[in-house]
Amino acid sequence: MADKVRVQSTINEETVDFLCEPRQSLLETLRDVLGMTGTKEGCNDGNCGACTVIIDGRMVTSCLVLGVEASGKKIETIEGVSQPDHLHPIQQAFLEGAALQCGICTPGFIMASKALLQVEPKPSEERIRLWLAGNLCRCTGYDKIVRSVQSAATKMSGERR
Amino acid sequence: MQAFEYVSAKSVGEAVGVLSQHGEGARLMAGGTDVLVQLRAGRRPQVKVLVDVKGIGELNELSYNDRQGLIIGAAVPCYRIYEDPTVIKRYPGIVDSASIIGSVQIQGRASLGGNICNATPSADGIPPLIALGAVCIIAGPNNSRRELPLEQLFAGPGRTTLQNGEMLISVRVPPPPANSGAQYLRFTPRNEMDIAVAGVGAAITLNAAKNTFVSGRVVLAAVAPIPLLVPAAGQALAGKPVNDETIGKAAEAAVAAAVPITDMRGTIEYRKHLVGVLTRRALQGAIQRAKGV
Ligand SMILES: Cc1cc2nc3c(=O)[nH]c(=O)nc-3n(C[C@H](O)[C@H](O)[C@H](O)COP(=O)(O)OP(=O)(O)OC[C@H]3O[C@@H](n4cnc5c(N)ncnc54)[C@H](O)[C@@H]3O)c2cc1C
Ligand code: FES
Ligand code: FES
Repeated sequence: MADKVRVQSTINEETVDFLCEPRQSLLETLRDVLGMTGTKEGCNDGNCGACTVIIDGRMVTSCLVLGVEASGKKIETIEGVSQPDHLHPIQQAFLEGAALQCGICTPGFIMASKALLQVEPKPSEERIRLWLAGNLCRCTGYDKIVRSVQSAATKMSGERR
Repeated sequence: MQAFEYVSAKSVGEAVGVLSQHGEGARLMAGGTDVLVQLRAGRRPQVKVLVDVKGIGELNELSYNDRQGLIIGAAVPCYRIYEDPTVIKRYPGIVDSASIIGSVQIQGRASLGGNICNATPSADGIPPLIALGAVCIIAGPNNSRRELPLEQLFAGPGRTTLQNGEMLISVRVPPPPANSGAQYLRFTPRNEMDIAVAGVGAAITLNAAKNTFVSGRVVLAAVAPIPLLVPAAGQALAGKPVNDETIGKAAEAAVAAAVPITDMRGTIEYRKHLVGVLTRRALQGAIQRAKGV
């Protein structure tokens, strides 16, 4: 049995210090060690995107990252997206656009959409569909998700003066 | 996942040392998008030590000069490759493959070095690199280094000719000759996030008038136990006029060389048919790029 490793990381702008086993994925570490269960497990092999988080500005599937790899990294999860008194515009758009039903895929879609709008504030529909190809949803049929991302993009670029 | 020890190597020497000491018990990890899936599925029960190579400077190099060409460090993730202005300008054939490996999430982690060393016949990253004449830089015990043409690295599905204690440092892709072009195309039922039923990488060089092939290389994915370079396709092109007949002959040579299997993704006949179609299209795409249109 390999010993637990001490890891220091920045999660949602807070310094976090934790112990994890090398074999634990970042997804398991977030959920089981840190109690941050917003990030979801779907397939556990990189195919569904439910576990999407942003590491140093890049979105990745946290089931294919080790917890120990979080050391020295800046990690963004769904827990850090909203403000205490209001939702993030992407969350608000998903809510208003009925872009979720069961909701298991939603944190992953929100994180992926956030990562997209950070690099491309006004993506085309095609670009949104391509970017989100690594996120699966069994409920919505995707159209409402794509439209909600478009509406969030419009709102967010309006807010940016 | 099974228990293992995690080592974040800071130098090639350190990584090679762990590999030499543990043999089959040690495994390298770049982006982990293959190896973590395999560990979780219990397909590598012998692994006791996982060596993260992303902290090694040389493996993160991505650089170009007119003499050596392009150096792609073995751990450089796909997104760095397809966002690199020099790669976009000079090696669009590499952008073709780096930008279709998995999803954007996967591309944030997956390296071409991992794609190569995982050695699946369907790997998308390998054919364009072989077509462009890529050479592997390999490190081994006692600070040894050797170079190997990429097409010679593969021993069978999932197996390379790397010896105990050896690791891939980088691949070097020669500077593209004048009037050259390359393209990689694959066929998948779904456009993204799918494994190639067949894939073709083609690289060609034309004469100054751009009406005759000087040379060409055609490499096939998912239709043989290893990524398959087809010398006969290159011979069908060299010295011949740029027209449908020449392209057709090269495609026939590619179809003849393909030795696919029938599985859930496609039958032998279907895959051979795809090789013909994709070879013609990839050659046409490469010609367009060589002509700068
Ligand atoms: C959801 C999903 C979709 C995918 N889609 C595609 C696809 O469309 N096309 C495709 O080709 N692949 C695909 N893959 C497979 C995988 O992402 C690629 O093969 C990727 O390029 C592997 O790179 P990596 O850095 O993650 O490799 P790792 O998993 O880190 O390593 C892969 C193998 O190479 C070995 N290795 C790593 N670095 C070295 C080195 N420097 N020297 C020697 N050995 C080394 C490792 O020990 C391991 O055996 C997909 C995977 C997933 C999970
Ligand atoms: S749980 Fe990570 S991609 Fe599905
Ligand atoms: S809302 Fe149910 S899977 Fe997407």
